[in-house]
Amino acid sequence: MNVKIGRPINIEIDHLSRVEGHGDIRIRIENGKLVECTWKVVETPRFFEVMFKGLSIEMAPLLAARICGICSISHALASARAIERALKIEIPEPAQKVRLLAKHAETLQSHTLHLFFLVAPDFLDVDSVIPLIQTHPQVVETAARIKGFANRASDLFAGRTTHPMVIKVGGSTQVPRKRQLRELVKDLDATIPYLWEALDLFKTFRMPDFARETEFVSLRGTEEYPFIGGNLVSSDGICKKEDEYRAMTNEYIVDFSTSKFSRLSRESFAVGALARFNNNYDLLHPKAKETAEELNLKLGEHNPFFYNLAQLVECFHVMYESKEIILRLIDSDVSEFASHYRVKGCEGVGAIEAPRGILYHYYQIGEDGKIEKSDCVIPTSQNHINIYYDLHKLVEELIGQGKGEEKIRNLSQMLVRAYDPCISCSVH
Amino acid sequence: MKYLGITLERPKIGVFDFTGCEGCQLQIANKEETLTDLFGLVEVVNFREISTERRNDYEVAFVEGSITTDNEVARLKKIRIQAKILVAMGACACLGGVNNLRSRFPLADVVKEVYGGHPVDTGPVRKVTEVVPVDIELPGCPISKPEFEWLVRHLVLGIEPQFPKYPVCVECKQRLNSCVLDMGMMCLGPITRAGCNAVCPRNRFGCWGCRGPSDEANFKSLMEILSERGFSEEHIAERINFFNAFSGLSQ
Repeated sequence: MNVKIGRPINIEIDHLSRVEGHGDIRIRIENGKLVECTWKVVETPRFFEVMFKGLSIEMAPLLAARICGICSISHALASARAIERALKIEIPEPAQKVRLLAKHAETLQSHTLHLFFLVAPDFLDVDSVIPLIQTHPQVVETAARIKGFANRASDLFAGRTTHPMVIKVGGSTQVPRKRQLRELVKDLDATIPYLWEALDLFKTFRMPDFARETEFVSLRGTEEYPFIGGNLVSSDGICKKEDEYRAMTNEYIVDFSTSKFSRLSRESFAVGALARFNNNYDLLHPKAKETAEELNLKLGEHNPFFYNLAQLVECFHVMYESKEIILRLIDSDVSEFASHYRVKGCEGVGAIEAPRGILYHYYQIGEDGKIEKSDCVIPTSQNHINIYYDLHKLVEELIGQGKGEEKIRNLSQMLVRAYDPCISCSVH
Repeated sequence: MKYLGITLERPKIGVFDFTGCEGCQLQIANKEETLTDLFGLVEVVNFREISTERRNDYEVAFVEGSITTDNEVARLKKIRIQAKILVAMGACACLGGVNNLRSRFPLADVVKEVYGGHPVDTGPVRKVTEVVPVDIELPGCPISKPEFEWLVRHLVLGIEPQFPKYPVCVECKQRLNSCVLDMGMMCLGPITRAGCNAVCPRNRFGCWGCRGPSDEANFKSLMEILSERGFSEEHIAERINFFNAFSGLSQ
């Protein structure tokens, strides 16, 4: 279908569906020229930085979790880590393992939700996962099996799937019993074939052909693919320590968004699965690398639609790595899982690779152990401006190719969805 | 559809989010093992987080989050007019939840702290009942999926749901958990409404009262016990106020 010059196109999408939170797309094309193209964040702010004020530090991870229903485990971890780094608390080894396993369970939960519930309907040409129950029961079964396992793993390592209570300042409230760990390994082994089925499914999805070069920003692992703590790196060659987060997340406010925006070396940068993949490819589990190869996802990929594929690659990574960690946990002494600490006036930063990218919590703590000041830097706020520029380029290209309104409407929505934005979280 | 001689309605449902983390609606999409059955019992006509389809012929509306802007008030009132049954879902909707923690400070200071001089659309934190009448309150932070499914079964059968009147302690004892209060932790289980299957004490973590007070909660007695065990008044108050769940009792 060709666009006749002169026929205006006006696309107004209020509260984009199949994403977390509230964002609007506005596209206006007149005389074959793009005159407006905006990704508007219209989420209502909750003012978490104010809510933290005056709270005891032990409450911080609990409140932090409530920033986001999907990545509550990441927020609790970033919060606990910031406080522990401030007070110089060493976390016992078993608690570190439990935390990483909880983190992996969340990554698997979140990526599966995105890939199957939010993304797959676009490629199977339906409104939601619900009609797939009739038309593609095997797809729904695959999703249910993987997500079911991720939920059970979250229950075991974090206490529940959303708003964990096991992660506490100093360590964890408990370590699962060895019997429970052995059962989960069996559960994991039974789930792995479904992951390969997911791979077969996503191999049949053709990602739209589009790319815009950007700067990829993520944590950089030393020996392992990064999830908890570490230096920050960018594909433009920047490297900063965990405490120097402000240099990397230059937040600023724009008129059309309640989420703050960020920039680094150029007009925008991108965080999340594709950024982690590009900056840490060498540290991926061999099975994850194998998956990337099968999906034709190559190092240095700049097509944002490949965020979807990078997430699937990470599902393989966390699944296979979880098994190795659980087996080590079964063989280790787990009697110590929380450190005692004394409060003092101090400040600290905690970095986490949340499912959607780098997440920072910062707290300034008073002598009485109460929080005086806090700062939460959310991955999706960092992606918003990148999405904005991507959307411009995508729509310009589609106009150039003579594509009609429906195609522009669909691909714009799919583009935003590919980033898996977590909008309530970004506004917080 | 008939089950045991009872005609089952297949109610049309809508799920709507306001100021919150969307964790409650995520629970609905969670626990995929039973998802197919759930979608067989109800017709989902409006659920933005998981579907592009948006119809306004819903009979039951599940509302998540607190109400903080005029736009939200208007949206909620429209939903109230359409819905035969309105369910407030989760601590933010039922109690104000953690959103209330910002109400400790004047609104102007709150906005200035986060956005500087930049104007943002916001207002005081209100629970859903402060704006429109609510038919059913489904408590928790987040809601529990089994309890949500239990509620849906009641709606489908046309039976009025009876939430537990007893406190979390009852479920905690049923699960043979060690008492976290006896282990030296603060716990609001004795005064908090059950229905969560004591998930926090089960994980060696005292209850925070996210489900609100149980019937005839003996607030005074628990306060005495906590203070006898050496918890400071300030520490207790911080816990009690976290979800804004006991404002009626603590005064």
